[in-house]
Amino acid sequence: MIGNLIGVLFDGIAYGSLLFVISIGLSVTMGLMNFVNLAHGAFAMLGGYVCVVLMTRLGVPFLASLPVAFAAAALAGAALERTLYRRLYQATHLDQVLFSIGLVFMSIAGATYVFGSQQQPVQLPALLRGQVRLLGIDFGSYRLFLIAVVIAVTLALTWLIERTRFGAAIRASVDNQQASAGLGINVYRVFSLTFALGSGLAGLGGGLGIDVLGLDPTFPLKYMVYFLLVVAVGGAGTIKGPLIAALLLGVFDVAGKYYAPQIGSFIIYVAMVVMLLIFPRGLVGRRA
Amino acid sequence: MRRKATATGVRASALPTARWRPLEIVFWLLPVAAYFLFPRYLTLGSQIFIAGLFALSLDLIMGYARIISLGHAAFFGIGAYTAGLLARYGWGEPVSGLAAAAAVAAVVGLLTSFLVVRGQDLTRLMVTLGIGLMLYEAANQASSITGGVDGLSGVEMNKLFGLFAFGLSGKTAYWYCLGVLFIVFCFARTLVRSPFGLSLRGIREGERRMPAIGVSVHRKLIAIYTIGAGIAGVAGALLAQTTQFVGIDSLGFPRSAELLIMLVLGGAGYLYGALVGAATFMLLQDYLSNLSAVYWQFWLGLSLVLLVLFARGGLIGGTLGLRRRMMGKRT
Repeated sequence: MIGNLIGVLFDGIAYGSLLFVISIGLSVTMGLMNFVNLAHGAFAMLGGYVCVVLMTRLGVPFLASLPVAFAAAALAGAALERTLYRRLYQATHLDQVLFSIGLVFMSIAGATYVFGSQQQPVQLPALLRGQVRLLGIDFGSYRLFLIAVVIAVTLALTWLIERTRFGAAIRASVDNQQASAGLGINVYRVFSLTFALGSGLAGLGGGLGIDVLGLDPTFPLKYMVYFLLVVAVGGAGTIKGPLIAALLLGVFDVAGKYYAPQIGSFIIYVAMVVMLLIFPRGLVGRRA
Repeated sequence: MRRKATATGVRASALPTARWRPLEIVFWLLPVAAYFLFPRYLTLGSQIFIAGLFALSLDLIMGYARIISLGHAAFFGIGAYTAGLLARYGWGEPVSGLAAAAAVAAVVGLLTSFLVVRGQDLTRLMVTLGIGLMLYEAANQASSITGGVDGLSGVEMNKLFGLFAFGLSGKTAYWYCLGVLFIVFCFARTLVRSPFGLSLRGIREGERRMPAIGVSVHRKLIAIYTIGAGIAGVAGALLAQTTQFVGIDSLGFPRSAELLIMLVLGGAGYLYGALVGAATFMLLQDYLSNLSAVYWQFWLGLSLVLLVLFARGGLIGGTLGLRRRMMGKRT
């Protein structure tokens, strides 16, 4: 029973970690430029397909395909930010929502056209496939690997934002765009770079997530709520907030599906609405 | 720039004259003409009226009160299931079925409105989305009542007014849907020209200033949200009654998204925009999705992106802007 509980907790944390990697870029987009981007999942899907193509068609090993997924999604993010997203920073939230829903539809149709509507297979390396036995409980190696990746990503991001000059520019732009621009920070360049970084992380998450979340053309729509939820509940523009929210969501989702499969996802949505009503600015409000 | 455009657009049409303009009368004669010109497309016609009614309900809450909703299909689905279940379990009288659907949807709208009007854009978006998904899950799980993913079949309707049967020809359904749409439209038209409608526009233009002139913003938003929900329920009920089937997709997120597209395509905040957008959308969908469902989705997405980037205000807004520009040049 206890072993079960720990297993569910562990799976939930692994799942939440994955959601965190994918969603953290969205936190920046919403927090920094106040842009409601429903198409964030499309970048994750792109990363996933890049991994699949590299592995199945070119025989690249899984681990080597992940950095490529990151780079491809980051490039796509930078290109779209420069050409399209930038025009809509000053637009209303409604326009941003419509624009990004349009992108979602296009990405779904595009992916269906190129890859077909079926689920994509993933071949994990032997090293990550088995179980690891710790204190009498079996842990999936791949899930351990996921958690390790997220710890690494979180540490790297925290270092980037807390310790580097670029990070200081991000924090300043988040706090007050006009004052930062007045101090000579090129806010738009900062945002381009962070948008690319966020898209890249989403792509990385998409590649990592093929085994856990699955990969088919409806991916951006299917998980849209989850990404939005992580950011809206956690608090846009922070790292800590989405991390807590993603882990909570992961644990509750896995536990719900395990213990109450009938009403599992129902509980998630109820919890989301309740959380949003209690904390309209997210768990870690940026401007308290 | 955008703000200015809406402000002048409102000023041009906000004077509360109740008189019907010639163009409006011509507009309403079109569906009557279509009945005689395209007798083979009556079913598509009814679908367009239903979509138009649904878009109209969203226009009231989004175009006039600027509440962004990603879960408006929830009320459409509630209406559809209410009417469908009533008819399935023996109450096949159509008009009272519509009234019941409207009442149930409005009550749910009223209950959820307290959650929706509290927050700002992002919170509202998430809350409406969450409520929609919750209802979808609920309908999915309660498959013994709703039929789950298989849908609710066995909906049998009585004759309309005891005279006209809902036959395969779709004639009754056509006039029934058109009639309901027209009646509800007249109601909405009166509503937005009433003091209540004007105070909604006031909230849209400057939410913070309205309390200063004695308007309770929350109460007005709750009222319009409830009305919008009720009308969406009527639209859902019409679909259930005329197709005699309720699919679970009537509650789903894609329907809410399509609805947003219809409204934006036509232009939000004009009432007629909802109808024009719904008609354009349905006709395009009928034509393009026959070619390929995947292509249809692609063009849908692309048109949405282009609309936002280049044609804010939709068909109606664009036409009005063009006319204003031409008038401006002439004088």
